[in-house]
This record gives sequence, C-alpha cells and structure tokens, in this order.
Amino acid sequence: MFAIFKKEINTFFAAPIGYIAIGAFLLLMGLFVWFFPDSSLLEGEYAHLDTLFLMAPTIFMFLIPAVTMRSLAEEKQSGTIELLVTRPISDWQIVGGKFWACLTLVVFALLPTVLYYITVYQLGAPKGNLDSGGILGAYIGLLFLAAAFVAVGIFASSVTNNQITAFILAASLCFFLYLAFDLLSRLPIFYGRSDDIVQAFGIQHHYESMSRGVLDTRDLVYFISIIALFLAATSLSLQRRKW
Amino acid sequence: MSVKVSQLVKTYGEQRAVNGITFEARKGEVLGFLGPNGAGKTTTMKIVTGYLPPSEGSAAVCDFDVTKQTMEARACVGYLPEHNPLYKEMYVREYLEFAAGLHRIVSPKKRIDAMIEWTGLGSHQHKHIGELSKGYRQRVGLAQAMLHDPAVLILDEPTSGLDPNQIVEIRQLIRDLGREKTVVFSTHILAEVEALCDRAIIINKGQLVADAPIETLKQQFAGQSILTVEFAETVNPIQLRELKYVRKVENLGKNRWQLTIPAQQDIRADVFAFAVAQKLTLLELRKDTFSVEEVFQQLTKN
Repeated sequence: MFAIFKKEINTFFAAPIGYIAIGAFLLLMGLFVWFFPDSSLLEGEYAHLDTLFLMAPTIFMFLIPAVTMRSLAEEKQSGTIELLVTRPISDWQIVGGKFWACLTLVVFALLPTVLYYITVYQLGAPKGNLDSGGILGAYIGLLFLAAAFVAVGIFASSVTNNQITAFILAASLCFFLYLAFDLLSRLPIFYGRSDDIVQAFGIQHHYESMSRGVLDTRDLVYFISIIALFLAATSLSLQRRKW
Repeated sequence: MSVKVSQLVKTYGEQRAVNGITFEARKGEVLGFLGPNGAGKTTTMKIVTGYLPPSEGSAAVCDFDVTKQTMEARACVGYLPEHNPLYKEMYVREYLEFAAGLHRIVSPKKRIDAMIEWTGLGSHQHKHIGELSKGYRQRVGLAQAMLHDPAVLILDEPTSGLDPNQIVEIRQLIRDLGREKTVVFSTHILAEVEALCDRAIIINKGQLVADAPIETLKQQFAGQSILTVEFAETVNPIQLRELKYVRKVENLGKNRWQLTIPAQQDIRADVFAFAVAQKLTLLELRKDTFSVEEVFQQLTKN
C-alpha cells in the first residue's frame, strides 16, 4: 500500500495538479474569509471561523473530484491497471493507497488555514476570545467530510476510464450526498413527520453537528460508514473485470 | 511444471474466446504462442497472469492455481502486457522503484541497477518514460517484468510495433531470459518463433491446433507440397485421391483441384498420364512447397 501511496503523492507534485489543487483551495478560501465583503471576517464584529467551515464543503465538492478523477480512470485508460492488479497486492491495498494519497493532498490544502485561526486568535478582543474547542471539532468534521468526498471520488474514478466522466460523476455524487437529503426532507411527504430521518442520510446534517464542536459517535459512525461503503464499492468495481 | 493450463475456457457473453486449451511449459523452456489476431492468445495470457478468471478449467503457475492461490502465483510471474502500458510521467528509475515496492523487494537498489544494466537503459534511467522511443519503452517493460526475478515470464507480443533493429535487440533479451526462466510469449511473426522457441503452440479461434517442437512442426508441414491442377472437364475427386502419394484433395473452384503430396515426391508426370488416360484436357499443373508461413496459414485457415 505504501508503494502506491508514495507513487500517487509523487505524481501529484511532479505534475502541477497537486500545486493547482492546493493553490486554488487557498485562493478561494482566502477570498471568502478575508476579502469578499459579504463573507469577510474583517467586516464582521465577531471573532469566528464560520466562513471557512461554511464554504469549505462547497469548494471541496468540486476540488476533491478534480484531485481524485485521475486516480483509477487514468490507470484504466492507459492499461497500467492490468499490471497493477496482477502484482502480488490485494485490490484493497490499491484502493487504500489511492485513498490515503488523495486525502493527504487535501490535508496539505487544509493545513495552511491554521494560519487563519492564529490570525483570528490574535485579532480577538480580548485576544484569544474565540471558541477554540468548536473550531477543533469543526476541523475534525471537515476532515471526515473530505475523507468521504475522496472515497466518493475514487469510486467515481473506478467506474469509468474517462477522467471528465469521473469528475462529473464524483461532483454530482458529492453534491447529492451533501445537500440532497436535506432538500428532500422538505418535501411534503417527509416534512413534519420523518424529515429528521431523511436529513440524517445526508452529509450536511452530520457535518453541521460536528461543526458545532460536538463530537458525537453517531456522526463518526456515519462518516466511517460512508467512507467504507464507497471504498468497498471501488474494490468491487475493480473486480468487475472478473464478472 | 512452471505453467500448466488445462481445459481452459473463457466466454464473453455468447462468444467463446478460449475454448478448451490445454498446454504446459516446463522450467527453462521458451514457448511460442502463435495464432492470428483474435485467436485467444491475449485472453489466455490474461488468465495465466490472474488478470481474468477462467470461465472453466484451470491455470497454474509454479504449481500455484491462479484463482485459488492468487498471491503466490502472481509473485512468481513477470508480465509484459500487450501494448506495454507504462506511466509516461514517471522517470525510468522511479518506475522501477515503484514496481520493486509493489513486490516488496528487500534491497531494491541493487536489483534495479542490475535490470538497468541488463536492458541497457543506463543512459536513459533519468528520463521520463514518455520521452523514450518504443524500443526503449519495451526494455522498461521487460525490466519491470524481470525485476522480482520471477520463475515465469509472460510476454504478450513483445516485439510488435518495433523496427527491425529493435526487434533484434528485444529478441536477444528474450533469448537471455530463456536460459534460466520459463518464457511464454505470443507473436504472429513466425520467424520469431523459429529464432527463439523450443516449442510452439498454435491456437486458432480459441482452440489448440498444434503443440509441438518447432522442428516437428516444420517436418510435418514443410514436408508437404501442393499440386495445383486444372482440367477443362469435370473430374471425380475420388479418382484424384487414388493417384499415388496424394494425401488430400481439395476443390479450389469449378475444375481446379489442390492435391497435397509429400515434398520429396513429384507426381506431375503421373497427373499428366492420368489426364491422358481419362481423356481430360489439362489446363494447369503447378507444384509449390510449404513455407513455415504456409504451415501457419494451413493450421489457422478458417
């Protein structure tokens, strides 16, 4: 698994894709948090990082599929998948190596935003007047959300050998998983009766609960299940040649 | 037995790509896998390397069944797939390091150096694979296949698309391999089989049509001549069959016949006498001897 992880990371940073992904994330995030008047922290009166945690899922929805789209689709396109799956490694190791590599890249993109926290911490009046515990919880939530999106993205990349198809499929799936259940719950047949159950299927519900800084095992179990489900589906999709 | 394939069947929907193939390759043998395109060569190789499961029958490498003891079987096979897929954006050495990691080779540096030297990639090892010529890419493909020192090498059309000089170089590498390893390679170039193999397997439409040492194949078929005869009148093929030495009679259209006879015999005079005796008008009488190419064509003719 480590050999694949290392190769993927090398590929990200040998080609511009790694730098572009990190740069694009930080540029968009910087604009939202510090510059655009509607969302800028500097325009507001409170010391918080809500903008970051509000905008990050939307940016990830497009950015993560862009990072994951080539992971398996390109191997299938070029035929290198044939050499990979005939080596003495399991399909799980291939999927796992790709998953951790993409997640690592996303973490690299997220890491510099710690500077935002430090800045806001310094700007607070009195200094340090912000909900640090809540922010830590929100970071953990964001990490799980990113991991879920990466799993979805790798799955999408495994069902096609076209990277564009993989991107569109992954972005749609991420959008659906993140927002659709919440929107569906407003349908008259659910509203007021089972809307909370429908909402609980969506990522947003669990992410928002974690963003409040509450680490609930139900949310963790939800995220881990989503990740495991999509990675298992990826592994199954690799096995499809055998059907 | 290094490679053992028995009663192998692979079906894609309705189509039978491989239909009951059985063969073996012993240790230290170079086995040529011949057949026209679409005969099932690649499918058979994909099954032996564990990429595809067989629909029926079994395949084993180094006595490990490819479906039941997959990991053990995979560890003792080096594989060069058709079209030699490579990561174009990786450096030659980087790619070999990656392959070494996948095989968990203990001290990879020494082994990689040895492979680079063997394939003559020394001056290219710090280039992107995408920059290399086709011949050098093929060397990279062979280097990765040999990296973990496998007992069995499966090479799918290792020389296709190369220029004549590159073909000679790659053949030399395969010949080197054949000294210690079991090599199974597919090709549709017959001269290649003659130059490299001890034994050849010919398959057609998913079925085995020949499995014999090259010499035997040549004697068996190259020992035949073909006589093309045309008469102006209709002839009963049974009469032709009764001519001395005739092994086979085939109709080539209207009154044209093809007679198969042993190469050392010449029955043209007898055919002429036959025509005179039967009061037939002889329009054509030609004798051809089989080349290796024609052996192949004979065996794989539809």
